[in-house]
Amino acid sequence: MAGKTLYDKLWDDHLVKQRDDGSALIYIDRQLLHEVTSPQAFEGLRLAGRKPWRIDANIATPDHNVPTTDRERGVEGIVDPVSRIQVETLDKNCDEFGILEFKIKDQRQGIVHVIGPEQGATLPGMSIVCGDSHTSTHGAFGCLAHGIGTSEVEHVLATQCLVQQKMKNMLVRVNGKLGPGVTGKDVVLAIIGKIGTAGGTGYAIEFGGEAIQDLSMEARMTICNMAIEAGARVGMVGVDDTTINYVKDRPFSPTGDQWGAAVDYWRTLHSDDDAVFDKVVELDGSAIIPQVSWGTSPEMVVGVDGNVPDPEKEADPIKREGIVRALKYMGLQPNMPITDIKLDRVFIGSCTNSRIEDLREAAAVVKGRKVSPTLKQAMVVPGSGLVKAQAEQEGLDKIFIEAGLEWRDPGCSMCLAMNADKLGQGEHCASTSNRNFEGRQGFGGRTHLVSPAMAAAAAVTGHFIDVRELMH
Amino acid sequence: MRAFTQHQGIVAPMDRSNVDTDMIIPKQFLKSIKRTGFGPNLFDELRYLDEGKPDQDCSQRPINPDFVLNQDRYKNASVLLARTNFGCGSSREHAPWALDDYGFRVIIAPSFADIFYNNCFKNGLLPIVLEEKVVDQLFQEAEAQEGYQLAVDLEAKTVTTPSGESFSFDVDDFRRHCLLNGLDDIGVTLEDAELIKSYEESRRKTAPWLFGAGN
Repeated sequence: MAGKTLYDKLWDDHLVKQRDDGSALIYIDRQLLHEVTSPQAFEGLRLAGRKPWRIDANIATPDHNVPTTDRERGVEGIVDPVSRIQVETLDKNCDEFGILEFKIKDQRQGIVHVIGPEQGATLPGMSIVCGDSHTSTHGAFGCLAHGIGTSEVEHVLATQCLVQQKMKNMLVRVNGKLGPGVTGKDVVLAIIGKIGTAGGTGYAIEFGGEAIQDLSMEARMTICNMAIEAGARVGMVGVDDTTINYVKDRPFSPTGDQWGAAVDYWRTLHSDDDAVFDKVVELDGSAIIPQVSWGTSPEMVVGVDGNVPDPEKEADPIKREGIVRALKYMGLQPNMPITDIKLDRVFIGSCTNSRIEDLREAAAVVKGRKVSPTLKQAMVVPGSGLVKAQAEQEGLDKIFIEAGLEWRDPGCSMCLAMNADKLGQGEHCASTSNRNFEGRQGFGGRTHLVSPAMAAAAAVTGHFIDVRELMH
Repeated sequence: MRAFTQHQGIVAPMDRSNVDTDMIIPKQFLKSIKRTGFGPNLFDELRYLDEGKPDQDCSQRPINPDFVLNQDRYKNASVLLARTNFGCGSSREHAPWALDDYGFRVIIAPSFADIFYNNCFKNGLLPIVLEEKVVDQLFQEAEAQEGYQLAVDLEAKTVTTPSGESFSFDVDDFRRHCLLNGLDDIGVTLEDAELIKSYEESRRKTAPWLFGAGN
């Protein structure tokens, strides 16, 4: 019998009931809650007279709507009344049901996908859900983690289980060593460029190979975070020393005897050598260069040395129409070099790239340089209050401010512009976020997805440039 | 949940692939704490020429005459015909809520994004996957004939054209059963409460570190 994949192991460990009709009940160890996708779930519980099944499995924080300035005022500082009501509703619901919440003024507040790992509330082998598609992030720890809708948030609150069909197994193997200046973000953008935004639909993707094994946990989180941009709800990396070292001594991590027992179990969380995958995709990591998205879908991406594509060269009529539409929205000409794209704003942040390593990489590029006067704004939004404090301890805030970037308070911010941080119509933004959809960062805004280092390089030049040219 | 057994309605063909959830319902409308009222803002940035704001009277806004749902012949459409990877992007259930609130009951496409597909079933909305060449044919027919309708039968798992041509589709048994009967799936899961408790007890023994955090 063939060995098991990591996904098979995680599935089997969480299987409560396999039903005859092919569906299954999967037990959920951890649910993360935020203000946007939970109010209707709590309301549903109340209307049905139900109680949460296991309070201690849930952790909440407001992130999507929170302002990134003027945070001393707490909830009162949220100018938009509709946003404020949503954050207040989360507070009320958590208070009513006794759920632990890192409220807006708590230093532990931050983007859900940053605070879970930071607190050790994300542990290897867990099943984790959140009403947010980027929950795949937590798969970097060898977790079964995926985004769910609000009805499922309610279902997990009420039953601690999720009704699921088992997905297929895909292995994305990135061979070789990454070059200097090439990051996890470039790897995942290159993967999406190769397999497309629906390439992973129906699959749980495991990322493996030498290039992945060499990466830090932050970089692995960036890669798993964007598995959903390749269509896969689940992205995963097997557990190794890097994982275990990251988890050790976090507030919610096990201690004493339990630590040893946990580590013994976690060591088993990798695909067996003889495991069979339904699909295997291979990339040469040493050939990946810094990536820039030019269009309105994450698969519309090229290396920084490339050109904007020419729809005339696309044979498939639906794809051609897609390119034409994207170029029109983005205000770009076919065949123009990526490095000729002029920028209006730079955004460094989001659940994809707002961790300490991301900020260090960006700071290293802007250090001793100045933000281009042609930019309207360049901002850095740390992923949590603790990331912010760590960065300040390392003096990164001073480097950013000295260079002319704004140093903000934590939240989702301009990744999806639910708060006050947004693009104006027609503006081009070099963004470390995850989606370049039309209107994502503001009505008529034009997003280019890049790594933190590439965003920093764009900030100091005013256009895209291969960050490796700025590295010494 | 509202049951779905059969439906017949006017078909609106939306000829673009990778329609994402930001396109279906832009983020400024996600601030609502209710499940209803999203219909007027469905496809907001495609449907109107200005920037939409929450709680606005949409009847006074400038509409985009080129957008399919703004054409008179598709005004009462309840079947949305779409292209590949419909519903990609975020997990926001506001997307199916908006489609439902607008009046759609069925979405037909060659493929859907996983989370969106799943969310539809929780809201009495039926997503149907048909082969690309069949979808192509339906696009041609819907665009050629004004008032073109499709009849959908979930019991029989068929989509039938006005000329009587019928296409069958796959849907997994559990989702079909819940949708046909309008079942509350939390209630169905809680029938297995004892099983969940016994799983939990054994897990508590083998992995005690998973319990207690957060209290």
